[in-house]
This record gives sequence, C-alpha cells and structure tokens, in this order.
Amino acid sequence: MSRLLEVRDLHTHFFTRDGVARAVDGVSLSVDRGEILGLVGESGSGKSVTGFSILGLVDPPGRVVSGQILFDGQDLVAGGEGALRHLRGKRIAMIFQDPMMTLNPVLRIDTQMIETVRAHVDVSRDEALRRSREALVAVGISSPDERLQSYPHQFSGGMRQRVAIAIAMLHKPDLIIADEPTTALDVTIQAQILSEVQTLCAEAGTALIWITHDLAVVSGLADRLAVMYAGRIIEEGPTSRIIAAPMHPYTRGLIESVPHGKRHGALLSQIKGMTPSLLKLPSGCKFRPRCPRADDACTPEPPLEAARPGHSVRCVHPHTESRIEVPTT
Amino acid sequence: MIVYLVRRAGQSVLAVVAMAVLVFLGVYAIGNPVDVLINPEATQAQIAATTQRLGLDKPLWQQFGIFLGNAIHGDLGTSFVYGRPALDIILERLPATMELAVVALILSVGLGVPLGVWAGLRPHGLAGKTIMGGSILGFSLPNFWQGMLLILVFAVLLGWLPAGGRGQTTEFMGLEVSFLTLDGLSHLILPAINLALFKMSLIIRLARANTREVCLQDYVKFARAKGLSGRRVVMVHVLKNIMIPVVTIIGLELGSMVAFAIVTETVFAWPGMGKLLIDSINLLDRPVIVAYLMLTVLIIVTINFLVDVIYSLLDPRIRLSEMKG
Repeated sequence: MSRLLEVRDLHTHFFTRDGVARAVDGVSLSVDRGEILGLVGESGSGKSVTGFSILGLVDPPGRVVSGQILFDGQDLVAGGEGALRHLRGKRIAMIFQDPMMTLNPVLRIDTQMIETVRAHVDVSRDEALRRSREALVAVGISSPDERLQSYPHQFSGGMRQRVAIAIAMLHKPDLIIADEPTTALDVTIQAQILSEVQTLCAEAGTALIWITHDLAVVSGLADRLAVMYAGRIIEEGPTSRIIAAPMHPYTRGLIESVPHGKRHGALLSQIKGMTPSLLKLPSGCKFRPRCPRADDACTPEPPLEAARPGHSVRCVHPHTESRIEVPTT
Repeated sequence: MIVYLVRRAGQSVLAVVAMAVLVFLGVYAIGNPVDVLINPEATQAQIAATTQRLGLDKPLWQQFGIFLGNAIHGDLGTSFVYGRPALDIILERLPATMELAVVALILSVGLGVPLGVWAGLRPHGLAGKTIMGGSILGFSLPNFWQGMLLILVFAVLLGWLPAGGRGQTTEFMGLEVSFLTLDGLSHLILPAINLALFKMSLIIRLARANTREVCLQDYVKFARAKGLSGRRVVMVHVLKNIMIPVVTIIGLELGSMVAFAIVTETVFAWPGMGKLLIDSINLLDRPVIVAYLMLTVLIIVTINFLVDVIYSLLDPRIRLSEMKG
C-alpha cells in the first residue's frame, strides 16, 4: 500500500525585497495512515511553512518552487488550487497555533461549523448542524446547543482550540496538520487537548503531523520524529530512538536543553549562537557555525543518510555512543 | 441593550443642546441683518421699529431663551427674507438634498467597497494599482473643479446630460423625487457622481487597507484550510470584518453629505438646502441659517446614533461589553 502522504524534495521560498528566503529547502518526509509524525524545530526552521505548503496555504511573497507532495498518490503541487480546495478540510485538515485568532470573531460558531460541513457535502442546514453538534460533543464541550449559538469571544482559549479541533474532525480527515496547537495554552489544558487529539485520531484512524518546538510534548505523542533546521530535515527516525540516542549534534543539543528532574541543580546545557538568517545561510552543513563537532569535513553539505535502520541523519560526525536520559512529559 | 440605548440617546440630546448654544452665539456675532433688509434711506425710527419687530433689541440671553423655547416646539424662527417659518423653507428643500445624498451614498458604497476589496486582494496587480491611483485623484482634486469638469465633458462637449437644475419630479411617498423619471434621472447623475467621488475614494482606501489587514489574519487562513471557496472566504469572512469601519465612515459621511452638499448644489444649480444656505448667508437671513445648522446637527446626531446601533449588530463583541456597561 502506498503511503498516505509523501513529500519529495520540497522547496518553498519567500521572495522578499532583501532576497530569497529559502524557508523550506529540500524537505522529504512521509506519513502512513494513522501514524503520528512529530515535526520538531526552532522558530524559523521551516516546520510551519512545510505544513502550509502541503495545504497550498503559503501566503505571498512565498510559494512552492519545486518538489512533489503526493497525497494518496495525487500530486498536490501539480494539481493546483481547484484540487486542493476539495481536499482541504475534507481529507486534510489543519489546526493552528493561536486559538484566539483562528475563529472569525464576527461569526457565530454554528455558522463557522455549518459552512465547513456544507463546503464538502451536499446536506441540509439541519443535518450540518446535527453533525456540528456531534463534533462538539466528541471534543468534550458541554451544552453544545448553547455553545453553537455563541461567538468566539465568549470562549476561553482552551475551548476555542477544542472548537477548532472539532471543525478539523468534522469530515473525519485522513490527515491533520497541527501547527503548535498547544503552545498558547495553559499546561493543564495542553495535556487535556493532547490526549483528546490522540484519542480522536486513534478512533478515526487519522494520521497526524504535529508541528512543535517542544520536544517534551511530542515525545509522548509521536510515532516518529523529524527534526528540522534551516529549512532541512537533519534527523529522522522513531521517537524512542531519537530521544534515547540522538545522532545529530543539534538534536542532542535540543534534548539536553530541556529541564529534567534527574539532573536537578545541574546547569542546563544550551546550543550556542542562534539560528542563521534564511537569507544568509552558511555553506556546507547549516549547523556548522554552532556545532561543537564541526571541522573541515563539514564544508560540503552532508546528505540525509540512513545511519541505522529507519533512523537517518544529516551529519558527518554523528553521535553513535551514549544513551542519554529521556526527558519525560 | 436598553440601558445602552437610553444612555446613548442622552448623549445625543446633550450634543444637540451644546450645538444650539454654539450656533446661536456664532450666528449672533455676524453683522446686523437690519442693515441689509431695510431700505438704505430709512429713518432711525423705522430702523428701531424693525429691530423691535424682529426682537433684536432684547438682550442676548433673552433672545436665546426665546429661541430655545420656540425650537423645542419646532419653531426655529421666521425668515427675515421670505417672511415664513425658516424650518418650512428648509424642509421644502430637504428632499432634493436627501435624494442627492442618498444616491451619492449608494454610488460611493456600491462602487467603493467592491473596488477597495478588489484592490486589497490584489495589491500588486495592475487593476489594484489603477484603482488606488484613481482614488488619489478622487479625493485630492477640488470638488468644485471635478464638478465643472463633469459639466464640461458630459454636458458641453458630449451633450449627453443636462448641466444643471433638477428636471422633472414626481411624487413618491409624499416626497418630490426625480429618480423616477428619465428626465429627473438625467439631471441627477452628474451631481450625484460629483458628490460621490470624494466619499468613494475614501471608502476605496478604507476598504483596501482593511482587506489587506484582514487577509493576513489566521481566521482567513483557517477558513481557507476548511476548504471554503474563495468566494465565500471573501464575501463572508473578509467582508463582514471590513464592514465595521466602513459603516462608521458611511455614517459620518452621510451626515456630512446631507449637510455640506453645498458645493455640488452650487455648481449644478441643484435646488437643495445647501444652495439655500449660501443664499441665506449672503442675505444674512439669520433664522434660516440657524434653522439650517440646527437641522444639520440633528441629522448628524441621529445618523451617528443609528450607526452605533448598527455597529453593535455587526460586531458581537461591542454588543456584549456595552450591555455589561
């Protein structure tokens, strides 16, 4: 069986006045049905742009320059806007980072849900309303009838994100792209939303791409991780392997910079320097200027190669030893 | 909601009273109307008699008291020139001005909002840039000059439309209107365009700026991610959000269109209130000026009140917070 989503050598560039920002520069990744992929990286690593590229929602001056996005065998880049619109919301849904901003402030919840139902299936308003109500109940919203009549500003942040998730789940999509959906929420709400999304996706067999900068969140959730840096995937593999034995110095730095109970009192290690400007990327390995292991061998950029079965890394000097302690969520 | 409405209405009344004081004082300061009205060879006694007849010999505060007392009963004084109630004279002219203003408003909103949204959706396209260039001309060229140019091109050179006057009118719901006859309509087009151009340019720029801002919001992206058609995203999600500032401007501008259609009415010899005001100022016909200003204040205050009500219907957030307050 072919994979649900296969992204091949995706390039999404932003054509700004100061030059071309290569936000996504040769990303390849794949997701199987029902699988949860964690897409991890710092701000500006291109993880969100990758998500938007899949749905064709990159705002100008950015656009997908080259590459293939195969969804269930169909190329979304070549298909154009018309084909994409029928997939959006129906087979691929998206959840955004800031629940305060994703619902239209001047439209009632029922309007925003019914239009989503009716954009894809030809049903009556009553039937659409019934499905919306069901979806709200499924994400744990009490008194859905009253809630449907409300406006977004009458909800708390966590509630709004639940509504957004309910909208995403309306058509039981094959894939949900979640762009840091818990970042703006309280920690307790975060945990609730996390477990709810997990349950819903498992029930409906929905695959998930969970975009985040927070390794702690994603390590308990994802089946596989892909770590991005400067528009590239620098390490990819099963979550347990990457958390336990990260091979790329950058991944290792990320994991070690998470506070952890067993190292209580010890200084947190940090990655020195900052992410490079996308307009002026260094030659060779993009992490080279910040990397403790860098030497002359890093000047030609290394390819993403399988170092162990199912675990690939883009590094000339990968860590092969030490198992480090796993930070728990 | 009731509390909000009552409070808002109270503010409106206060504004009208404040304006009454200002208007009365301001108009009192200009010239002595007796000098203009009376025969230059009149004797001192005749002048004194006229002054007394018009009530101009009384102290200022008494005159104001009389004015306010009468105003509450709908009597804004008797015209020095026509010898009839000033309000009647103005109300006779009101339908002409209202008709002009309403048609101009429909033109400016009906064309301004779509053009502005279009320019906002494609800010770098040729159409968008042309629309913006046109709007700059629209509000930077003087209104009277635009009017004269319209007359020159469409009335003089092409001869398609009449240059001035109101044309044939018919009765419609008790009002004399001209948009129902071909002749009336042909007289209406040029002045309405002239009056609309400035407001249309303003609305275009406002709609464009807001469209650009709203389009960057996450909820527009989310609406697209839901698989809605581009049409629905623009017509519902974008339009409803940009209409909030547009309605404010429409409210403010409708008042000023009614009140200050003076330039257009003068250029096109349109028999409306604005032209009456200019004539009255030249003749120092004080009651008419005062009545005109009071009526204008009343119109603007009423429109602003209505706009605030419409506002709360458009934006649920206002409704809620004001209800609490």
